[in-house]
Parts: sequence; C-alpha cells; structure tokens
Amino acid sequence: MSAAAPAIAASPLDLFAAERAPGRMHLDLAVPGIHCAGCIRRIEAAVRALPGVEQARVNFTTRRLGVDWRAGAQRPDAIVSAVEALGFEVHPFAAGEAAAGDATDASRQLLRAMVVAGFAATNIMLLSVSVWSGAAAATRDLFHAISAAIAVPAIAYAGQPFFRSALAALRHGRTNMDVPISIGVLLATAMSLHETLTSGPHAYFDGATALLFFLLIGRYLDSMMRDRARAGVAQLLKQSARGALTLTADGGTEYRPIESVAPGMQVLVAAGERIPVDGMVVAGASSIDRSLVTGESLPEPVGEGATVLAGTLNIDGALTLRTTAVGESSFIADVVRLMEAAEGGRDRYVRLADRAARWYAPLVHATAALTALGWLALGFGWHPALTAAAAVLIITCPCALGLAVPAVQVTAASLLLRRGLLVKDGGALERLAEVDIVVFDKTGTITLGRPELCGALPLGAADAAVALALAMRSMHPLSRALTRVARAAGVAPAAIGDVRERPGYGLETEIDGEAVRLGRPDWVDPALGPVPPSRLQLAFRRGAAPAVLLGFEDAVRPDAARAVGRLKAMGLDVRILSGDREAAVRRVAETLGIADWAAGCTPADKVAAVEALRAQGRRVLMVGDGLNDGPALAAGHASMAPSTASDVGQTAADLLFLGEELAAVPTAIDVARRSRRHVVQNFALAIGYNALAVPVAIVGLATPLIAAIAMSTSSILVIANALRLRIAGRGA
Amino acid sequence: MTGLTLLIPLAIGAGLVGLAAFLWALQNGQYEDLDGAALRILIDDEAEDDGQA
Repeated sequence: MSAAAPAIAASPLDLFAAERAPGRMHLDLAVPGIHCAGCIRRIEAAVRALPGVEQARVNFTTRRLGVDWRAGAQRPDAIVSAVEALGFEVHPFAAGEAAAGDATDASRQLLRAMVVAGFAATNIMLLSVSVWSGAAAATRDLFHAISAAIAVPAIAYAGQPFFRSALAALRHGRTNMDVPISIGVLLATAMSLHETLTSGPHAYFDGATALLFFLLIGRYLDSMMRDRARAGVAQLLKQSARGALTLTADGGTEYRPIESVAPGMQVLVAAGERIPVDGMVVAGASSIDRSLVTGESLPEPVGEGATVLAGTLNIDGALTLRTTAVGESSFIADVVRLMEAAEGGRDRYVRLADRAARWYAPLVHATAALTALGWLALGFGWHPALTAAAAVLIITCPCALGLAVPAVQVTAASLLLRRGLLVKDGGALERLAEVDIVVFDKTGTITLGRPELCGALPLGAADAAVALALAMRSMHPLSRALTRVARAAGVAPAAIGDVRERPGYGLETEIDGEAVRLGRPDWVDPALGPVPPSRLQLAFRRGAAPAVLLGFEDAVRPDAARAVGRLKAMGLDVRILSGDREAAVRRVAETLGIADWAAGCTPADKVAAVEALRAQGRRVLMVGDGLNDGPALAAGHASMAPSTASDVGQTAADLLFLGEELAAVPTAIDVARRSRRHVVQNFALAIGYNALAVPVAIVGLATPLIAAIAMSTSSILVIANALRLRIAGRGA
Repeated sequence: MTGLTLLIPLAIGAGLVGLAAFLWALQNGQYEDLDGAALRILIDDEAEDDGQA
C-alpha cells in the first residue's frame, strides 16, 4: 500500500476514514504490536505531533488507535506512516468492524440493568433484614413502603430484557425461561404492593429484585463473552482486499473501493499483495500462493494469460490483471453462497438452557397454578392463594439455569483464552462437547501453511550471511523461510550491493566480481535441470562454486501427531479432507496415522462429505483455515480455525486457536466436555434444591426470609460449582 | 424512630450516589480500556491527556 505513485487520486485509507462530527474526521487503526506503556506513549506522542490532529488515543485492551483530525488538515496515509515509522504494523478498520470490536449496546444495556437491580436488591435487603428481625407495625409498613418505592422503578427498568424476550416468545406461541421469570417477578411485585397497602406482614420486594440481579449477572456474562470473541475476530480480519488500484483510460491509476471495480477494468497488483478480484494476467510474471483459497500448498507460477482468484497472494512480481469477475460472480461469492446454504444445521441447535426451559417452564407454570387452585379449593381467599403461587414462582425461578450455565461457560472460555483459544459463544462450547468425529483440512491446519527448510542450513557461515542478505529482499515464502532459519541460527546478513529480483526465478547480486544467485535451481545452475513441480527447492550459488540445493516442505505442525493421538484416545474418529494433491495428502496422513483421507476436494465436496456424515447421525467438528473450508466449517456441528485462517474461515468457525499447536483441538474438546459436565451437575443441583423448597412454598411457608435464603444459597452453590472448573483446569 | 428519619435517607442516598457514579463512569468511557489504564499510570510525562476515549 506504500506504492504512492503521484497519479493516485485517493489513498486506499481514505475509504476507512469517517466524518464523526462536522469537519472532524475519525480513523480507527489496529496496531497489534502495542505491548507496553512505552508503546502507548510513543504512538500517541507521534500522532499528536502531526499538524491538524486533535485527538489520538490508544486503546490497549483492543490494541487499537483512534485518531481525530480536522477535515482537510491531515491525510490518513500520513497518520499510518507516522505509526509505521515507529516500527509498528498497522492496518485500518472498516467502520462496521470497528463497531464490532466495541462492547455492544446490548451488553452495556444489560450492565446498566444489572447495576440498577443490584442497587435495589442490596438496599431493599437492608430494610428487609430489619423487618425479619422484628420491626413491626408502623415501622414495618414504612420499610415496606420505602422498599416499594425502590423496587417498582428498579424492576420496571431492570426487568425489561426479560419482559421483552418473554413477550416475543409468547407472541410466537412458544414459552421460554423468561416467561416464568417475568410472571414470577410481576406477580410477586403486585402481591407485595398489595401487602404494603394493606399493612400485611410479607413483602417479596427483596426476592424479586435479587432474582433479577442474579439473572442479569448471568445474562451479562454471556453477552460479555460474545463481545470479547467478536473483538478478537475483528482484530484478525485483515486479509481480504477492500479496494483495487485500477488503470484509468488516460494511463493514470486510481484506487477504487472493490464495489466499484467492474469486469474488464485493469488492476495493478504489487508483489506481496492479495489479489483483489478474479482476473486474467495481461502483463507481468509472478507466482501465486493459493493455499488459503484452494488448499494447494505449492506456489503456482503465472504469466500472461493465466487466471488468478481473488484472495490469493501475489508473491514475487508486479502483475496487471484484466478483471473477469467481481462481487456476486466471483469465486469468493460462490463460496459464501455455499456457506449460507450450509449454515442451516447449526441454526437448528437449541442451547442446553433453552432445552431445559422447554419442559421446566410448563412444569413451573402448572405447579404455581395448581398451588393457587388448591388454596382456593381448600376455602382460602384469593389473597393467600396468589401469595402462595407467587412464592412458588420465586422459589422455582431458574437462577441455576440463568446463572449457572453462563457462569460455567464464561469460566471455560477464559480457561481456553489463556491457552490461546477464542470461543465465539456459549452454544459453541455445548456443541463442541457433543462431537464424535474430527475432520481436518490439511494445508494451514494440520500443516503450518508455510514452507519450512528440511533439516539444517547446508551453507557455510560466509555463504549463509550472503544468502540471508539476499533472502531478506524478497517476499517469496521460500525466501522468508530461509530468513527465519538463518536468523534463528544467529546468522547476521552480509553487506551486499545492488540486488536484482527476477520474478519467477530468483535474486542475484555481485560480490567481489562474482555473481551470486539465490532462486530456482534450473536458473541458478542450468546443469541441475528442470525442477519437478512437486518439489519446493531453492538453490544458492556463488561464482563458479557448485550450487547448493535447499529443500523445503510445508511442515506438519510440530505436535500434530500427539494431538491426533489424543483425539483418538478420547474416542473420536479423525479424517482429512484436503484440496491439495493426493501425494501431499497421503504423506501427511501416513505420518500421522490417519487412515481416512480424501484429496483434491472442492469446497462443495467438503460440504457434501460433512453433510453425509451428519446424515449418518455423526456430529462433526470441522477444523480448517482456507476460503475453501468456509462452507464445511459452517456445515459442521462445531468448527475450529487457526488464527492464520482466511477471513471467511475465521468468520465461519466457532473457535479460533492462536498458537501453532494443534493440541488446541483436543484441549478445547476436553474443556468443552468438562464444562458440559458441570452444567449438568448444576441442573441436578437446581432440581434437587427445588424438590426440597417447592413443597415448602406450596404449603405457604416460604416467607420472604426463607425465599431470600434459599435463592442466595442456590446461586452461590452453582457459581461455586462453575468455579470448580477453573481449579480442575489448572491441573490439566 | 427519630433516628430512622435521618439514617434511612442517608443509607439510600449513599447507595444512589454510588449508582449514579457508576452509571456516569460507564457513560464516560472509563471502562473502555481497563488494561490500558493500568499501564498509563506508568507514563510519567505531562501528556495532555483528558482521560477520555
């Protein structure tokens, strides 16, 4: 993006800047490298020093920089350059993504409701304790009246999330957990108001508000977990091109947003950039890394007339393309359509708490109704009958379901986060616990998705220094692999003169009058003959000395064999579905001892295979990274992707793992299974507690004091059980 | 009984002040960057921070 030719009409970055207030522009930049107070200070100082900048603020939690400047007084690319000059990697956020990273309005609304309910519950409890310890007559009435004055507005505000959801469910002729909650809270409030006005002894204001408070904690935890994952994903989404540098009729260039690039337009792609559109090469030569799009692990050389797909990476030469397809008709759009079609299965999944609610809610309603009818039948009036019914609703209120499930899942998610796993929502954990077969993609999932040198560096110290100096000039994956190895071995780059890069061939320079080449073996030394297309090789030659061959392969993740072994030991089947060539897939499958594999799969083949498994009643965990895995990830019962995955892969997956270790897969399943166990235990605790407390409520002995004690104890119990997961997790 | 007329408004008033302070802080963006706040205290220059996002 730094190719700032003077003819560029608009910088790519202008597309990301937004006018927040009149005359005041705003830009959000992700700066993943921020890691200390010094970074914050340096970045903010550098950006604030720019003319026209009014505000620059680093958000360390989201690793993001927000900049405001006076319209026209500054350019976004100057701001980016200022940060890049400090040595940080910077990429801009589109407005939608920036919003996705913030705590959503829903979360904030829940937090506010929670705080209001908490305030009301504690203050009313203070008054209730006096009533329970013997305040009588006028004092009790006064305390009830004050409680009512706090409770009624608090419930009207904090109860809204429940009332809204209950209304929505009832309108569709269904019932969910929020229906008994709403009825219970409203009935208890109404009864307590009646008690207050008639100087009665029992008011349940504390119970009603405490109930809302506990349940809102659960809701908030659940919502916070989703936000955190969404922010994490937004952080990683950066690979797709959002604009293209197009050639205009008069020979100039213009940067256009991707939506306004039409078929037939000529697009320039520099080395190292992702290709923005499907197109045909009209000028230039390069090689293309398609691993994220098709799963093919070898770079493909392209020249004039070759076709390239959007999303692939242009490695080593500048290309001019004629656009053949954009937007709706491109390969990516096909994949997205497949993905949307595949998503149905996951939508049908009903979360555990909701499944429990399906039988729990009618049961609670029936018990409360029968209690009221029973009291009426025995000749008591409406008032004691309704009071007993309200007590039943309050006692049976699903605190355990509303609080314990999110508490367990948040604990599990933070346990996983510490091991580099990002969980998108609680439902994902539940689904993950149910899987019985794991389907892996190969390139980028089982393998690292980048070539690594086989064995040690076969070069002497002097040659290694020169080879490193050459390799550092190139974006080619083999050069970068060589750079990594040499750096790790402690080699320092030699000082060399001019380097010429021959796209598709390699790099050359001269040292002491001797030609030095690093590149394709048949170009470095014609005597080596043509390279078989299935080998990844570089050759290095200095002057007339014999050329040295460097072999590379897309290495299997270091712990892949162990991870696959663990999965099998956990009773899971393992299968590979890859878009790569048969030979490459066979080799990996044999190394890992996976008997069940298929090569050369298209995205549609992968989906079909996953759907076929589902039709057999299997629950599939799909693990993949590429664009071609997107539909299969969406079709799986649960899905995981490495953080190096394509945008499509990351969006489709339920869980992302950040490290290089495949052990993340068995670990995630293990934690998911344990958290499911804890959820079930919590359900059992809740049911046991109800079995004890409900008879007391039915016979009308559940005074506000007993209700308060019962409710708090059960909540504390299920939270304690949820936290046990954390203690158990420390050992594993 | 007379003590109550003072103590109850005082107790509830203190609670309300806390509630209002929290809601204000939330609205004001004080919780937007908790990790950053922990680090900013280490920055010791006269930065023209106004403490807002």
